[in-house]
Amino acid sequence: MSQSAPVAADERVKSEPFLTKLMKRPELGAMAGVVLVVIFFALTADESMFTLAGIMNFMTPAAQLGILAIGAALLMIGGEFDLSIGSMVAFSGLFFGVCVVTWQLPLIAAIPMTFVFAAMVGAINGNIVIRSGLPSFIVTLAFLFILRGLSLVGLKMATGGSTQLRGVRDATENDWLGPFFSGEAFGSLFSWLAANGMIETFKSGAPKVPGIPVEILWFIVLALAATYVLLRTPAGNWIFASGGDKTAASNSGVPVSRVKVSLFMLTACCAALVAIITVMDAGSTDARRGFQKEFEAIIAAVIGGCLLTGGYGSAIGAFFGSIIFGMVVIGLTYTDFDQDWFQVFLGAMLLIAVLFNNAIRKRVTGER
Amino acid sequence: MTEDTKFHHGDASDAAPIVEMKNIEKHFGNIIALAGVSFDVKPGECHCLLGDNGAGKSTFIKTMSGVHKPTKGEILFEGKPLHFDTPRDAMEAGIATVFQDLAMIPLMSVTRNFFMGREPTKGKGLLKRFDVEQANDVCMEEMRKMGINLRGPDQAVGTLSGGERQTVAIARAVYFGAKILILDEPTSALGVRQTSNVLATIDRVRSQGVGVVFISHNVRHALAVGDRFTVLNRGKTLGTAKRGEITPEELQDLMAGGQEMAELEGSLGGTV
Repeated sequence: MSQSAPVAADERVKSEPFLTKLMKRPELGAMAGVVLVVIFFALTADESMFTLAGIMNFMTPAAQLGILAIGAALLMIGGEFDLSIGSMVAFSGLFFGVCVVTWQLPLIAAIPMTFVFAAMVGAINGNIVIRSGLPSFIVTLAFLFILRGLSLVGLKMATGGSTQLRGVRDATENDWLGPFFSGEAFGSLFSWLAANGMIETFKSGAPKVPGIPVEILWFIVLALAATYVLLRTPAGNWIFASGGDKTAASNSGVPVSRVKVSLFMLTACCAALVAIITVMDAGSTDARRGFQKEFEAIIAAVIGGCLLTGGYGSAIGAFFGSIIFGMVVIGLTYTDFDQDWFQVFLGAMLLIAVLFNNAIRKRVTGER
Repeated sequence: MTEDTKFHHGDASDAAPIVEMKNIEKHFGNIIALAGVSFDVKPGECHCLLGDNGAGKSTFIKTMSGVHKPTKGEILFEGKPLHFDTPRDAMEAGIATVFQDLAMIPLMSVTRNFFMGREPTKGKGLLKRFDVEQANDVCMEEMRKMGINLRGPDQAVGTLSGGERQTVAIARAVYFGAKILILDEPTSALGVRQTSNVLATIDRVRSQGVGVVFISHNVRHALAVGDRFTVLNRGKTLGTAKRGEITPEELQDLMAGGQEMAELEGSLGGTV
């Protein structure tokens, strides 16, 4: 690279204030939302909400949702929707349950098989959308019902009539791979911290928080990986381009169909990961697993700055969007408010986020 | 009209053509879209392809850029016969087309658009990543060469004017090694100021030795930068004229196919 001569500034371009620059980040809305929600609960909730135990308490559901939301966010940036992720959680949960309980497979076989299975369903979803040219909204709405129905039917076939498949805990308890997908990580660190009086303990001396639930670690790792892919790899550029304008993208040599099908597969794999974690935690799987999670995941992605029209958004935004979600669901139990306010809050939050995103988009594209 | 432009104009009459299209015919079913069109482009010249709506300009350039296969006729690329199966083949051979819709994504930054589908990478294996710093540097530099001062490499394309977007598309094609640049009516939707910017860009690209095919139905825009002018009418070439051999009025008449235009022009007072 030859060093270019300093570029003469255009006299009509004002230097941007820091705040305006910040406004252009897609995740700003979600970050502001987290701050507001923290302030709200700091004022109204019991102070135990922001102890270590309280934080783990709301981060766990946030992480379970967030894993889905990050997949949904990438897919939305790529210009598609997947309404079947909630049903996919149930369906891959069933498959995983059958693998470990009925077929007695060790986790080292059952987990990869579950991911491959989910990816295949995702690929079917994606291929139908790409080849038919139909809106993904309709195609995946069909799969929302198909997969939920198959989960019910499959569960009855696997259990001989019940809609719950038990025995997962017994089958996986002593598996060496188990700690990566269930329970708490860094247990010894937390015991050490407890022994040294750095975190709260029960009277027995055991720490109140035995470790970090593994889903939180998965959630953080996924958010970082997705952000890296989006911002620092050619694939990330392809995702933005495919969602921004698929004709323009493919004219420029972006493999749009491959990008979109891969994103459908990724979203399905995120659902499978949530299924594996929650099924191992609960020790059983049932047909209602992941119920309505598709909407919550999409809401978290939208709060995180993803445009419904695609081509814009961020994984970090979805990360914060999910945390807002977890804080509100759990946080309301620490307050005197009726817990059912949650749904009102959710709808309002979605509406504000969409209005906000729309304004941001106009700003970015210079529309007037 | 022909003398009062600021452009230097290429003098490439003796160079061998990069692309030569001979007697190209293209039929769609029983419709004859092109009935024997011959056209060539030399390095460093701007060859204007003029014609009214429906004359076959679009079909012709799509044949040239590999979108359509000719029914009859020969395409010579640097002297050798060549067949393009896909637009990608033509692109790789060095024929770049800037279509009217520009293949630009408004929500994405100039850099991300510039390198879309051809991102520079660094690192190996799992660490192979989009070299954002280099991409930004190259993009700023190329834009500066084209006379556009970006606020920053992360400025969204949506904030650029139509002429600037056109220039980004042209700069992108040239940066990625275009020998022939086909511009499909680049000035048709632009204002006066933006049009002159785009014409200046064409001039700049030509002086780098790129052969420019400039499609237009505006005689004034064509005469401002063109070195040679080929007029298409009803799927046939009506002839190629060099700069200075033809007046705007003659070109206008050729495009419209002769007499009717003379009458029309009379009634409009020569304003067309």
